[in-house]
Amino acid sequence: MIATAVANRALWRSLALTAAIVSLAGCAAAPSRDDPFEPMNRASYRVHEVVDGKIVKPMVQAYVDYTPHPIQKSISNFFGNIDDFFSFVNDVLQGKPDKAGNDLGRVITNTAFGVLGLIDIASDAGVPKGNEDFGQTFGYWGFPQGPYIFIPVFGPTTVRDGTGWIIRGYASPISYIEDISTRNILIGLNLVDLRASALQAESLINQAALDPYTFIRRSYLQRREYLVYDGKPPPPKDDEQ
Amino acid sequence: MTKTLDRRIAAPPIHHAWAGALALLLLACAALPAFAQEAPDALVKRVSEEALQIIKTDPKVQAGDQARIRELMETKLAPNFDFDRMTALAAGRAYRSATPEQKKRLADEFKTLLVRTYSGALTQYRDQRLDYKPLRADPSATEVTVRTEVVRQGQAPVQIDYSMEKTPAGWKAYDVIVGGVSLVTNYRDEFTQQVQAGGIDGLIKSLAAKNSGGAAK
Repeated sequence: MIATAVANRALWRSLALTAAIVSLAGCAAAPSRDDPFEPMNRASYRVHEVVDGKIVKPMVQAYVDYTPHPIQKSISNFFGNIDDFFSFVNDVLQGKPDKAGNDLGRVITNTAFGVLGLIDIASDAGVPKGNEDFGQTFGYWGFPQGPYIFIPVFGPTTVRDGTGWIIRGYASPISYIEDISTRNILIGLNLVDLRASALQAESLINQAALDPYTFIRRSYLQRREYLVYDGKPPPPKDDEQ
Repeated sequence: MTKTLDRRIAAPPIHHAWAGALALLLLACAALPAFAQEAPDALVKRVSEEALQIIKTDPKVQAGDQARIRELMETKLAPNFDFDRMTALAAGRAYRSATPEQKKRLADEFKTLLVRTYSGALTQYRDQRLDYKPLRADPSATEVTVRTEVVRQGQAPVQIDYSMEKTPAGWKAYDVIVGGVSLVTNYRDEFTQQVQAGGIDGLIKSLAAKNSGGAAK
């Protein structure tokens, strides 16, 4: 479950980025093909809007407003280090030795010298962060993305990506922590950290979108396609005359 | 050229006005190609750097003054975009069958929405660094993709690509792709949906309502 939220990190971060940069700003795949469960997903989205707007977002906003910035940063780094580990695993599964070496180097450096990942020394040293996950690996192996799914609180995913996040959820070191309360605190913190990283993107989407549901869906699917192809997706069919 | 010009200017007074006009014309001719020929990657870099500079130093922008930020958008960034083409791409088939009047209203509303959105985005700019990738394109190309990358400490870098076209008035961007997410493609879904529900006029109305709805979601 957390995993689904983890899935969104990349998307949210990149969207937050749009919001953070000076930039202004095709092809419509038939929604029915990507999103055969649209009525159900839209219902989930409406539930999400209420639960997120009334409960989750105010909590996360309080966390962002009242937690000292270095602590927030350390928490992000800690979970980012776990992301890096899974990047490494998926680099290997996709047979990308250079990226694997890079990501493994980051994990070792940050775990050993960065207080279990609380400090991102590797980035300071100029080793860029990777970005692979199980969903991308399945895509790389040729599995289709499957239907789009919107899950309340956790956000957008697809059958392919969701399967990846479930595997990731079971495999994550956090799920091996014996002490249940420690484990739950970490899972909760992870979710808060992820939601916090999406705050900027969310305000941008609300500003930009006529229908946020459609906007989020197309952004998510484009982003995932791009990541599967490591930034070189096949050119879209152009509808322009 | 200069000699000819000197001779003309040195001509009898009766020709002064004419000579002045010619001098201006020559100057304009000399300046115009230089302006139009600014390479697309150089254009992206110059405009980005100018805008970033203003954001970092302008006290009004720092204070989150939306009017000032919108003015900056309108004067610095918007002229470098081809909003008509963006609109055509986003609206697809519906655009081609629209009347010129509808096309104009649609492009105006779309532009307003984009400017508003990015004005909001500007205020969120933080301490990121922009890297400009070398342009890989044929010098005679009329369509290029200019690639930039945002480098953020501790996060995977994000690519921002600009699809650009050569026009008589210089290079213009007609799409922005952030981390693989094309703005035009995103809006194409939105526009298709609105057109299906209420035709092109329905779409224009939705955009206008969005634009006049203040901070409506």
